[in-house]
Amino acid sequence: MIQNKKVIGTHEVPIITLAEVAVSFGAVKALSDVDFRIMPGECVGVVGHNGAGKSTFVNVINGRLSPTSGIVNYAGDNAQADFRNADRARTVGIRSVFQELSLCPNLTVLENLRIPYRNMPLKNWRKEAGQVVKKSLDEIFPGNGINPYSVVADLPIAERQMVEIAIAFSQRDIDARLVILDEPTSSLDGSIAEQLLSYIKRFCEEGGSIIFISHMLGEIFDVATRIVVMKDGRIIDDNLVSKFSRDTLVDAMGHVVPDTPEIQVAKKNRSFGEEVLRMENGLSARKGEIIGLAGLAGHGQAEVLAACTLARSSDWLASRNPQVVFVAGDRARDGLMPLWSIMRNLSLQTLVEFSRGFWINRIKEASLADRWHSKIGIKTDNLMNPILSLSGGNQQKVLFSRALASSAPIVVMDDPMRGVDVGTKMEVYRMIRSEAEKGRTFLWYSTETDEILECDRVFVFREGEIVSELTGDEITEDNLLRTSFAMQESIQ
Amino acid sequence: MKMIENKIDAHATHSALVRGLVSFAKKQWIWAYFAAGATYFVTLLVVPTGGGAGALLYAALTFASFAVIVGVGQMFVVTLGPGNVDLSIPATMTLAGTLALKFMDTDSSLVVPGILIAIGVGLACGLFNFSLILVLRIPPIIATLSSSFLFQSLAIWSNRGLRIKPPEVLANFSTGGFGGVPNVAIIAVLVSIVGWFVLERAIAGRWISAVGQNQRAARLAGVPVNAVRLGVYTGCAVLAGLTGFILACFSGGANLNMGTEYMLMSIAVVVIGGSSIAGGNSNVPGIWGAALFMFLIVSMLNSYGLGAGVRLMLTGLIIVSVVALASRTGRRP
Repeated sequence: MIQNKKVIGTHEVPIITLAEVAVSFGAVKALSDVDFRIMPGECVGVVGHNGAGKSTFVNVINGRLSPTSGIVNYAGDNAQADFRNADRARTVGIRSVFQELSLCPNLTVLENLRIPYRNMPLKNWRKEAGQVVKKSLDEIFPGNGINPYSVVADLPIAERQMVEIAIAFSQRDIDARLVILDEPTSSLDGSIAEQLLSYIKRFCEEGGSIIFISHMLGEIFDVATRIVVMKDGRIIDDNLVSKFSRDTLVDAMGHVVPDTPEIQVAKKNRSFGEEVLRMENGLSARKGEIIGLAGLAGHGQAEVLAACTLARSSDWLASRNPQVVFVAGDRARDGLMPLWSIMRNLSLQTLVEFSRGFWINRIKEASLADRWHSKIGIKTDNLMNPILSLSGGNQQKVLFSRALASSAPIVVMDDPMRGVDVGTKMEVYRMIRSEAEKGRTFLWYSTETDEILECDRVFVFREGEIVSELTGDEITEDNLLRTSFAMQESIQ
Repeated sequence: MKMIENKIDAHATHSALVRGLVSFAKKQWIWAYFAAGATYFVTLLVVPTGGGAGALLYAALTFASFAVIVGVGQMFVVTLGPGNVDLSIPATMTLAGTLALKFMDTDSSLVVPGILIAIGVGLACGLFNFSLILVLRIPPIIATLSSSFLFQSLAIWSNRGLRIKPPEVLANFSTGGFGGVPNVAIIAVLVSIVGWFVLERAIAGRWISAVGQNQRAARLAGVPVNAVRLGVYTGCAVLAGLTGFILACFSGGANLNMGTEYMLMSIAVVVIGGSSIAGGNSNVPGIWGAALFMFLIVSMLNSYGLGAGVRLMLTGLIIVSVVALASRTGRRP
């Protein structure tokens, strides 16, 4: 970190300056009139709805996208309107951690460091890369226990995210000066996220800069020195963090303030039907119940959900009355059909339910897609657009629609709110609530406490086992934390 | 006022035309037809007689048909995603042709059971292939390659190197034509139409494409993955069996190396036809363009009087470069 200071030298030159930058994809304006600069030592929080242009904004900064018009200026050097901005960004020390994990799953952790570190000395590089990753991991996430020689695909999603963050902060020939973190905590549980946030603060104190995108406003207020609010591809507010309060920030983004009390009341007075599901590890669910799977990320919840889904559907027959449907959280791995349109992605689960034969009933398919387009508010003007043209949160809405459109009595959700903004979350909570009242059962794994608080009954997981079962008033943040951490506490 | 409206109208139709052309050019399979057309005309430059153009087209349609039928089967297999390919097509063709012709023994009254035997052999080969893949977890390339040795050995064992003649009726049918179109081409067109409908309009087609893009996600979305793969592998083998049967009748008898060239051919027509070799994204029309192109290339080199060695080398070179080009453009979203 000492070298870092030397490179940065003065605090007067901004690392990057954007002036009147606009980006459009054909007719779609993803970004317009953006003016922005970041000085060494600053931590800028970026907030906004899904599709507000946050990802486009950071992709201009890290050079993955060239602006359609406007000026990008790296460390005082003028950039030309060519396509070498990614190189420039790299040489001034800009690094990124993307929302969609971008490690190579078939390589080991240390080999993944070798990819961005292009001119690494060839001699003995494995050993050195292993040490560098280990050092960086230990510095950010003390006590992580990740082996740099393990293959990325074998790691749970939380550890993959930790590796990606550690690689972004790792020591290379060019020091990290600005690190862009796009939803870095969305698949991390509370304590690990805490470690990251405190590292970010240390990094900024030593002269590094951070751009931090998150839907969790608490985190933004915790680490950011400045907040940028985005809406419809524009920066609508850019000010010191002290000028905002939680309410003014939510207002600026244009959210409806959530009415949680009402939901809480509705929740307390509910009765459930017969038991519809019981698994060997003790997980059970009754008709119309919302079951939460809690605990630290990567403690076997996702595996239980996948096993539950696979055991109740067949490799050989598609049922017109499926027992269970699945909503993926790891969209790229478990959910999306990347070559297809939005409509085809949406209708995949229910093809056999509405078609009743060998051929696809295309009229019913279109009307199904239209219904969910308006019902859940997928942000597109044409459902025939490719699924990858949507932002992450909107892709997630498509996966929700795919599952909820089915008649299945059990809905399994594997941390489905990753990258979904607050407004949509509230909408989905309400939808889940009303479906549950109609008699559907939900199994809901989440890394976010406020989602677990929505549930009727909660199973807390630790190291693949259910360690406790909470119902009704027992479901509190305190209880959740206590049961998830019991082991660690007793050691201390 | 009227004039402005007209102008807007003209503008609208113009931009609709442009849009149409753009989306037309975006279809990968168009290029296979351009290539086939170009090769056709270059060949015609040196064909001396006046009737050459029609005769060349007739021959091209006939020989392309065999490639099309096996190509449709292979296309479905390739759609299943990386690593999925059926290398047992030539052996299945040989085995089906041999067994069916041996059973009929030039007796024209046994035509229907003969066809059923060819189809049955295809079914059995497909089932065998897929059981190797599923039960023994052998990668498809190796499974189908090793089972093709088995099928080939069975064929050798059953006919002991003799050439078995087809019944008179079938020989006449397969070499004949109807209204200036070869009978085999009519069969191939029917197979492609059915293939197109299955791929684009049937639930099965959606499932095949879904498995090819992301097998785990498809399974979690309720797609019966194993049933889909079983159907595709047996379907491909049945088409191969059928082709072997018709080809044996067409060429005057089943012999042991009759399928050899269809190993490369079946894959080449799929890829040149614009289907993605990475799976999930396939099309049927391109197979016809590619199959015609592959035949016309050979006849072009023939009519320019090049020797067999040069001809083979150039054919190989063309296939490699087309595949390289196609997979590069195909990778772009």
